Order: sequence, then C-alpha cells, then structure tokens
Amino acid sequence: MEIFLGFVKAFAVGGLVCMIAQIFINKTKMTSARILVMFLLLGVFLEFVGAFKFIEEFAGAGITIPITGFGSTIVKGAQEGAKIGLFEAVTYGFRNMAGGLTAAIFFGFLFAIIFKSHSKKA
Amino acid sequence: MKVGKQTYFLDNKVYIQSAYSLAGPYESKGNFREYFDSVMEDDEWKCKSHEMAEIEMQRYVIGECLSRVNVNPMDCDVIMGGDLINQIVPTSFSARDFRTPFMGLYNACATFGEAMAIGSTLVNGDFEKVVCCTSSHYATAERQYRYPLELGTQPTPESQWTVTGSGAVLLSKKQGNYPLVKGYTIGRVVDFGLSDPNNMGGAMAPAASNTIVTHFRDTGRSPDYYDMIITGDLGRFGRETLHYLAKKEGYVLDNLNDCGSLMYSEAQKAGQGGSGAGCCSLVFAAYLYKKLIDGSLKKILFVPTGAMLSKDSALQGESIPGIAHAVVIEMED
Amino acid sequence: MEDKQYMEYIHTHAQKSNHALTLVWAFLVGGFICCIGQAFRDIFEVALPNWDEGKIAALVSMTMIFLGSFLTAIGVYDKIGMHAGGGSIVPITGFANSVVSPAMEFNKEGIVLGMMAKMFVIAGPIIVAGTVSSVVTGLIYWIVELIK
Repeated sequence: MEIFLGFVKAFAVGGLVCMIAQIFINKTKMTSARILVMFLLLGVFLEFVGAFKFIEEFAGAGITIPITGFGSTIVKGAQEGAKIGLFEAVTYGFRNMAGGLTAAIFFGFLFAIIFKSHSKKA
Repeated sequence: MKVGKQTYFLDNKVYIQSAYSLAGPYESKGNFREYFDSVMEDDEWKCKSHEMAEIEMQRYVIGECLSRVNVNPMDCDVIMGGDLINQIVPTSFSARDFRTPFMGLYNACATFGEAMAIGSTLVNGDFEKVVCCTSSHYATAERQYRYPLELGTQPTPESQWTVTGSGAVLLSKKQGNYPLVKGYTIGRVVDFGLSDPNNMGGAMAPAASNTIVTHFRDTGRSPDYYDMIITGDLGRFGRETLHYLAKKEGYVLDNLNDCGSLMYSEAQKAGQGGSGAGCCSLVFAAYLYKKLIDGSLKKILFVPTGAMLSKDSALQGESIPGIAHAVVIEMED
Repeated sequence: MEDKQYMEYIHTHAQKSNHALTLVWAFLVGGFICCIGQAFRDIFEVALPNWDEGKIAALVSMTMIFLGSFLTAIGVYDKIGMHAGGGSIVPITGFANSVVSPAMEFNKEGIVLGMMAKMFVIAGPIIVAGTVSSVVTGLIYWIVELIK
C-alpha cells in the first residue's frame, strides 16, 4: 500500500511540474531548450534554499525525474565539495552531472549511428 | 505595358504549355489527392538525405513537365525557380542535370509568383520557352527553420505544415488550348510588426492584401472580374485576416481561396494548413492548371505569398515581413 | 491601417490552443514518466542494497535517459511530444530527446562535424546553465564554510 501511495504522489507531483511547464509553453511560446533551462534552474534554486529535500521526501521520483532533479544533484555536489576545498567546491557539481551527461552523450552517439530521423507524419 | 503603380500587362501571348506536379506522401492523402500527377511513397524517395530527395523531386518534376509536351530540356531558354533551403541548393543542384541556362530566385514561399512574373516577361520578349519550378520539403524546412525532426515539440494551433511537393510549369510562345499569363502585380515587402514565427499567415496577410488591393486600384478591376483569387500559403487564419484587411480597404473578396488551407483535409489535423515554396506551385500545377484547361475556371488571380525570415533574424528579435506577387492567368475566349 | 490595430486584431482573432486539453495531456504523460522513474528507483533500491542514495539516483536518471534516447531513436518520442508538450519535455527523458534528436538529424553531415558537433544545439544551454550554477553555488558554499 505504501509503495502504491508513493506512485500516486510521484504521479501527482511529476504531473503538476509538467503542467506548470505546459502553462509556460502555452502562454509564452517558449521552446523546449528554454523550458529545460528554466526548470533546471528551478531545481537549483529549490535545493539551494533547502526546499527540495522536503518535496523529494514527499514525492520521490515526482520531483527528481523532471530536470529539476538534475539541478538539485548539482547543488548537492557543490555543497559536498565545499566541505573539502575550493577545487572540489567548483567541480563536484559537475561530477554529479556526469552520470546523466555520459548516458545522454553515449546513447546519443550510439543511436545516431544506427537510426535515422523521420518526419512526424508521412 | 505598365498600368498604375505596380502592375504590368504583357503585350504578347504567353502560354502555360505544360505543368507537372509531384506530391509527398502526406499531401497525397489531402484534398487534392485526385489531381496530383505523381505521388511519392515516402519522403526520402530512396535518397540519402531529405535534401537530396528535394533535389531529385525538382529534377523529376522539370523532366516530366517537359517530356509531357515532348520538349527537350536543351531547347528551353532558361530554367528558373527556387526553394527554401540554404542557398537555394535543391533548385540549383537539380538544374545541373539539365544542359539549360539557369536562374535561381528567392522570395521565400512567393518564389513561384516571382518566377512566373519574370518568366512571362522573358517569353513576352525574345525567349521561347521558360521553365518555372519551386519545391519545398517538410523535413528540410523543419531543419532549416525549426527543430530536429525527432525532437518532441508541440505544434502550436497557429502553425502550418510545410508541404512536401514540387510543381513546374513551362511558359512558351507555342499556341494552343493553354492558359495565358496576362500580367502581374509585383508586391512590396510589407511588415506590420508581427514576430511570431508560428503565425506566418498573420505575417503575410498584410502583404497579400497590399498586393491585391494595389492590383485592383491599378487595373480598375473589381474582385468579381476573377473566378477565383487564390493566395499561396496564408492558411485558414491568414485567409480570414486577408479578407478582413481587404474589406477595410473597400474590397470584398468573396471568391478568395488559399492553396495552403485547401491542401489538407480536416481529418489530417495540419494546423492552419500547408505552407512552403512548393505549396502554391504544387496546387497550381495539380489543380488550377487542370481546372483552367477544362474550362471550369476562366480567370484567376494567383497570389503566392511569402514570409521573409531566417532562424537568426527571428532570434535577433526582428519582425517577419511578408511579400506577395499577383499573377493574372486567363483562358483565351 | 496602424500596426497596433493590426496586432490587436491578431491577438483577439488568432486561434487559441485548447489550453485545458494540453494541460491534461502534460499532466498525465509527465506523471506517468515520473512513475516509471519511481518504479526503477524502488527496484534498484532492492536490487543494489550497497549503493548509496546518490548513486541510485544517478542510475535511475541514466536508465530514464536510455529509455528517452531509445524512444527518440525509434521515432516514438516526437509523437508523444506532439500531444504531451511539457509532459515529455521536462522529465529527464526530454533532456535525452533534446540530445539524441539533433545527433540523429545531423549525422548526414558526417560523424565529426555533423553529429558530434551539433549534438548540443538544444541541450547545450542546459549543460551551460548547470555548470555555471554548479560553480556559483559551490563558491557560495565554500565561502560559507570559510566563515564557519
């Protein structure tokens, strides 16, 4: 039951985040790159002011799967690194991005070699 | 012969001897499906890239347009045309396969009107045969102006669907039961300050209105002189806007139609309709030409419209100016 | 006719998107993608008990990125995006989509100058924004540590 409730919360919060993005798309005609940057920075902000972990406790993947989660891990890394030294403070954020970036770049490379793009309607 | 400010009538007879149309797979399911001369099964057409497919499309259309009336490309005086891609690469590259002089033109989606105006003037002079051809391709235009094909973007309700297709006409002095290019009105670049690249209809409607109204003022004709006034690719919203703008100037365009908004059926859900340099040439070669020949249309005012923008100009905050050229096409009595 | 008047006409007459419907689609698809992420998280937490939370989170992201990339490659993600809009842009799968789609689009211009060079035409700003905010927040935290 608890697991099921977790899914409901993730669905509701994740859906809500996407819905807010859609409102921006409808109202301002933002393109996807701008939306992604905006929500990444939102994640950075939420983590920085310390609100992110409360949302995450409640919603789980509902807030970490949207790009806001990416922003939050960056700040977590920076926070961690700052305890060690200046070099770590400025680089550990990127280190936390490494997993996602590696996956995106590698799969992008792999699939671009194998597949071709097609029109939406043909 | 110049009439008024921007309108010219041709003294000699310039016939549209032949026309040929090639439609993409999505277009071939649209409203004109029975009229296309040939249809592509898929939009790559066995080529390595979509750009190469567009080159091949133009080459095919020009070849078929000429072979239909047994004219050797070598006997043509000039091929002229354009498209939307980079430095009009598809048209230029298709022309390298013909040993015919070539002139590349660019007026965005109004290129076909520009080509017909210049071409008919040449044939009115010393030229014997001139080929006019334009094309557009959904995939190449998306890459040129918008996003990669596989990016999950949402089309806005104002947006139009770039037509995959190409149309060519042969203008010549040869007499016969062909439609005549009687004259044309060259349009001005008109900018009302719209800057939403998704709403091209709204950006082009002022230019179309300006050209059409100028045409009527220059010639003293009224809209009902023509059986049909047909614009290039304003889309449904642009067409309504044009109707509204012309009405403000005192012309009620009841016989107004638009190639783009006629292109796709309601069920195809293509936003406001078709757009692209190939849109009006495709509809002209496939539908209007046949209707002129069989007599159901006698006099038309053909007004290809174009929106002048590039990806960079939009990013730099420029607005989108529009252009439209009106070509008078009539059947001989 | 004045430009302003015309702009007003355009604003009042332009077809409006069916806002309610796009919001519902965004909500449903976005929520669904997050649920898939939640499922992977639950599975990995059970399957890899020795991994810490950060590594699990990274692994979930990477799995989701794989899914997003794969759906992009087989030409499904853009069709989802047509309806879902924000629902498929904001999740991490949308980030994968924005990397893979230009890579696929431009591989015709060659592997190096086409695919590799153009891979980040859309996702680039995200990486830049992420890196800059990482440095800025890192510096702030470092200064805070110093003062302490």
